[in-house]
Amino acid sequence: MPVALSEHNELTRSLVSRELRGQYKRSALGWFWSLLNPLAMVATYAIVFSLVFRAAPPVGDPSGRHSYVLFLITGLIPWNLFAGGLNGSAASLVDQASLISKVYFPRAAVVLAKLGALAVTSAIEFAVVVVVLVVSGNFVLPWLGVLAGLFALQLALVLGLGLMLSVTNVYFRDVQYLLGIGLQVVFYLTPIIYPPSFVREQVGDRLYFLYRLNPLERLVESYRNVLYDMRFPALADVGYVALWAAAMLFVGYRVFRRLEPRLAEEL
Amino acid sequence: MGSAITIDGVSKRFRLYHERNQSLKSTLMRRGRARFEEFWALRDVSFEIPEGQTFGLIGHNGSGKSTLLKCMARIYTPEQGEITTRGRVSALLELGTGFHPELSGRENIFLNGAILGLRKADIERKLDDIIDFADIGAHIDTPIKNYSSGMYVRLGFSIAINVEPDILLVDEVLAVGDEGFQRKCAARFEELRSGGRTVVVVSHSLNTISMLCDTVALLDHGRLDRVGSPKQVIEDYLGNWVAERDEGTEESMRWGTREVRIEAVEVLDESGRPVESIPMGASATFRLHYAADIELARPLFTVAVHHVDGTLVSNPNTAELGQVPPLARGRGSIDYTVPSLRLIPGAYDLSGGVLDGEGTHVYDRRHRVLRFHVERGHPDELSGIVSLGGRFEGEIYGGTP
Repeated sequence: MPVALSEHNELTRSLVSRELRGQYKRSALGWFWSLLNPLAMVATYAIVFSLVFRAAPPVGDPSGRHSYVLFLITGLIPWNLFAGGLNGSAASLVDQASLISKVYFPRAAVVLAKLGALAVTSAIEFAVVVVVLVVSGNFVLPWLGVLAGLFALQLALVLGLGLMLSVTNVYFRDVQYLLGIGLQVVFYLTPIIYPPSFVREQVGDRLYFLYRLNPLERLVESYRNVLYDMRFPALADVGYVALWAAAMLFVGYRVFRRLEPRLAEEL
Repeated sequence: MGSAITIDGVSKRFRLYHERNQSLKSTLMRRGRARFEEFWALRDVSFEIPEGQTFGLIGHNGSGKSTLLKCMARIYTPEQGEITTRGRVSALLELGTGFHPELSGRENIFLNGAILGLRKADIERKLDDIIDFADIGAHIDTPIKNYSSGMYVRLGFSIAINVEPDILLVDEVLAVGDEGFQRKCAARFEELRSGGRTVVVVSHSLNTISMLCDTVALLDHGRLDRVGSPKQVIEDYLGNWVAERDEGTEESMRWGTREVRIEAVEVLDESGRPVESIPMGASATFRLHYAADIELARPLFTVAVHHVDGTLVSNPNTAELGQVPPLARGRGSIDYTVPSLRLIPGAYDLSGGVLDGEGTHVYDRRHRVLRFHVERGHPDELSGIVSLGGRFEGEIYGGTP
């Protein structure tokens, strides 16, 4: 793949720009939608959990932050990248059926383009979050390097899973729908709207160990460590995520290569 | 010169699913095995396409010609065998694939160019050529969804042909746009050919194939039947041909499967007598005598008149004229009567043929089998091939002629 893709990185770039430019072409608010969506989500959760359920956010250590909105936002933005990435790549090849059955090009470019476009909008969201954090007192600018590292790690994880989902969805269209259910389950199994300590208190140490097998749990915690607490994430957490990312990339690439040749006729 | 494309023992298998909805439920119910039939669209096909040739692929529907083209374009991967191509390959399978309707023509040129494997710098260099060739003027900066279908296709074609591939694969897209645009396309193809590029054409139009191609391959049910000159192969394709020189004129040819035969053709004058020459402006009848071994619900009879220099003057058939008499076994004749023969005096050849209702299967075609002469008559014109039957009127030097 690396060789074939470097030949066609022009194509990937073009597809990314098509994705980005075509996306909000006819809407009055245009690109603002990509910010309004997460904003609406944050507002909804913030109202439900901090006003209705009166959930107490954990205190940032060492930042001393104590804000449910910031706590939520630092988990929700990575989640959106994850869920959007998987949904987008699962549908990507099927959406481009006419292109794939008429022109030859490395098929992975379609998945890469989808994720590339998503990475751009997600990076903007992160940038907005960083601004909000700085304004509200978390001076996270020195941590941007670590943030970028986590971001790259997450993209690798999403790409691996996305490659797998995109081709299997061509053969079984159910993948797309199963994914919707799966993501809903994982959303609640990941400490996005609640702190992980909450789970530990409720279920005890043994189940908590199982709970932490979810790489997304580690990833979201690491993001929070950087953005909310303002400290280095645990090396074990980052290492665990990296392991998953590497494994998924490997498996995803293999599966993709295996199923790629017959894509045009199966679509 | 080497070969641009080498096809070596290529087989392609398709799966025909009985239930096309690929759902997990149905897969689980069949314990993991999808129920499908396999069928070989291509079976052990091998041949080479020399560099710089225009190469045609012909065959009936389902013969595998389009599948083979898609294999050459790397859209399909063959199960067995190998296809080696030399140089940049561009496939014209459908025009404007990958156009984004919300983006402008210009933006789509970059997108489409990238899909066809061009770098941004290359596209920028060719941008003016592409826009000129497509001839869509100021519309280039408006979203493509506002284009007429003609503009859409012209832009798609213009991009594909300006990619300057070493090998161009074309599937039935030659007939796009109006006549002017088609002429431009033909000129561009000629340029590609004289520039030593290799062109592979799949077409149903045998006319196109025989005009464009240096070599033709005939596929039959996924197997390679033969490769050869267009004339040879096309004659082969059109039936279990008996093609031979016919008695009659020097140019005479006769081909077809002969279940129904044209036994003789005649030119008759007003009184119904067979003649060798007929005056211009007189009534004439072309008569086909046939003998049928089979019954035909919808036969198609055709008559053709060629000028002796080879120009086809007229070629009416019963289908176009809406006259389709059913044909019983036995002998008979059919007439094509012209009330006033408007041919300019000279020598002409008459052809007759009988085909099936779709005009695809030739039972018997006798090409330029009878020579007849047109003598001076009324109107007394002498130049050209046909008289349009007009009159000059108006004032010349102040007087009426």
